[in-house]
Amino acid sequence: MGILKKKVNEFPTPYTCRNAVRDGGMETKLSMVLMGFGNIAHGQIIKGLIFLAAEVAYIAFMIAVGVSCLVMLPSLGTVEQEEVWNESLQIYEYTAGDQSILILLYGVATLLITFLTACTWVCSLRSAYKAECLSKERKHVNTFVEDLRTLLDENLHRLLMTPPMVFIGAFTILPLIFMICMAFTNYSKIDSHLVLFDWVGLDNFKELFDSSSILGSTFWSVLGWTLVWAFFATFSNYIFGMIISLMINRKETRAKGFWRFCFVLSCAVPMFVSLLIMRTMLQPEGAINVLLRNLGLIASDASLPFFTDPTWARVTVIVINVWVGVPYTLLQLTGVLQNIPAELYEAAKVDGANAVQIFFKITLPYMLYVTTPYLISTFTGNVNNFNVIYLLSGGDPVVDMGATAGKTDLLVTWLYKLTVDKQYYNIGAVIGILTFVILAVGALFTYRRSKSYKEEGGF
Amino acid sequence: MAGQKMHSAKKRRFINNTIVHAVLAVLAVVWVFPIVWVILTSFRAEKGSYVSTFLPQSYTLDNYIKLFTDTSILNFPQMFMNTLFIAICSCILSTFYVLAASYCLSRLRFKLRKPYMNMAMILGLFPAFMSMIAVYFILKALGLTEGNLIKLALIMVYSGGAALSFQIAKGFFDTIPLAVDEAALIDGCTRWQIFTKITLPLSKPIVVYTVLTSFMGPWLDFIFAKVICRANSDQYTIAIGLWRMLEKEYIDSWYTCFAAGAVLISIPIAALFLYMQRYYVDGLSGAVKG
Repeated sequence: MGILKKKVNEFPTPYTCRNAVRDGGMETKLSMVLMGFGNIAHGQIIKGLIFLAAEVAYIAFMIAVGVSCLVMLPSLGTVEQEEVWNESLQIYEYTAGDQSILILLYGVATLLITFLTACTWVCSLRSAYKAECLSKERKHVNTFVEDLRTLLDENLHRLLMTPPMVFIGAFTILPLIFMICMAFTNYSKIDSHLVLFDWVGLDNFKELFDSSSILGSTFWSVLGWTLVWAFFATFSNYIFGMIISLMINRKETRAKGFWRFCFVLSCAVPMFVSLLIMRTMLQPEGAINVLLRNLGLIASDASLPFFTDPTWARVTVIVINVWVGVPYTLLQLTGVLQNIPAELYEAAKVDGANAVQIFFKITLPYMLYVTTPYLISTFTGNVNNFNVIYLLSGGDPVVDMGATAGKTDLLVTWLYKLTVDKQYYNIGAVIGILTFVILAVGALFTYRRSKSYKEEGGF
Repeated sequence: MAGQKMHSAKKRRFINNTIVHAVLAVLAVVWVFPIVWVILTSFRAEKGSYVSTFLPQSYTLDNYIKLFTDTSILNFPQMFMNTLFIAICSCILSTFYVLAASYCLSRLRFKLRKPYMNMAMILGLFPAFMSMIAVYFILKALGLTEGNLIKLALIMVYSGGAALSFQIAKGFFDTIPLAVDEAALIDGCTRWQIFTKITLPLSKPIVVYTVLTSFMGPWLDFIFAKVICRANSDQYTIAIGLWRMLEKEYIDSWYTCFAAGAVLISIPIAALFLYMQRYYVDGLSGAVKG
């Protein structure tokens, strides 16, 4: 329903772009071409000059590099690096060829800068129109100092949000667009397209969905395991954490603080440290096997195949994930559990319900109701759970030598292997996009169906 | 008859309590056991990664001493200083970003507020490592992947996306009564003054929480640091250093030192974590604060 609702403009203003073009005076219309002209005409000289400087800078940038970047973008460069025999020096020299990756990067950056300039253009037009209207109505037109002062008051959001937005734009959005573009190229070590590459449209997606190719069959098996992993990792932690939390919070349990401390201690150790420790402990000659041998539970030369047998490895990572994750769950669920109204329990006891019934009829429904958003974000986090798999098993064991992924590889660790180790950048980008699509669809679907979305605060 | 019933109920409760405590004890041992093992290993005198006995035969402090004196292959003190520097700088930047963005989203109403929050949600669904290679290319194009500039690159990467995780701090600011802001506005405060003189002093817990989480980030991250540092071993952070100690060529001579290093960096992190645990719980469970 939310999407279908008609959008209401919460911030009505008469100084829109359309009004400026329709009703603006000569100086406002001129500032469509010469940014800041309207402001200068109405006394806002510094503001106008800043707009003008932005325009000049953009045009200079486009003439210097921007246009050539944009022109190269459709072809991604054609000149190959060549060896040329230099007669006078008696050596081979290399001519500078085109580097598609840089062309793509600069092209995307230029597009982003163009977009920003367009936003500035809209701003300058509005500001010119506003200045014109105000001076027509004989009202006060803000000076530059007054404008700066509003940054600390009604325009504080501009001051505070700009630096974070610049960083997000440069280190999150630009790389993301860049990666998404890569998914439609043949930038990969296959056929050595590492320097020069071309747009290939949807070919990479086709290859990945084609289950007869090696990549395709690997993709489906990795996807299957990722979903199985995310499901078990999320719910094993959730249920186990809840049970431990209930046991600690029982009225009759002694030394609650001590028990809680024991569990929380392990999440105070940095996660990569504890995962690396776990990995060394579970090696064929590691501490666990030594301990089992000393206790006489297994033969003195035998070892349990924690990371060498596919099924063992999969169970191992889920179990270790319980060890890693339960303390966090415990921390988060304790508060929620204590908020369950005590009357519910008393009423159930009066009606003669036993502990199991109380858990399944009261505790679990209440918890599911309150923590659905938490569960969704945990599930998303587990699909993207790089650390546990990479540091623990590294995706091993690799059973099929032709495949690029091991039996415990998730989509993210496979993505990492493909891009960093194998340099199949295009396939890696496709996997990233597909992961996002799966997560977005899943999150939206469950969130919109969940009770806590439909009826806020109705339990 | 009634007395007997009481008696059996008491007995049952006693049995229940014993079972619960026994289960808790077993679980606690399982959870504490690896930590104890690392601490023991860090004092182990026998070298090598795999030994035939579970408990060390003799104890020594050499592992800790080697960690700080043997700087020829893996320079632990330098890694420590690198990480500390990066952590302090990125902590200052990201704390400012997070608090500023959270305050704006919680208190101010502007046009891009909803789009920004939606954008943050969508960006959160992309795997973070997907753009890692692209970030590397961008940093390379800016010339930040050589020498000491790597530190700057890491600081920018760690604080770059900070403003996207505003939810906890925003949730906290939301609970401060709006009436406080309105009263201050009537008294002639600017919004900047409200932010710095009223909201921030009222939200000490969340400020502490944000500072500590962003300070801990660089100590724990290992993937981004590895991709950006590549072979520049003088720029390594602690996490890469510890990881390298477990590589095939180093594991035999460095294994016990790895345990020592792990203990050393766990102590401050554990102390910080235990200190901010209550903020963590409060921030996530959505308890009502005032």
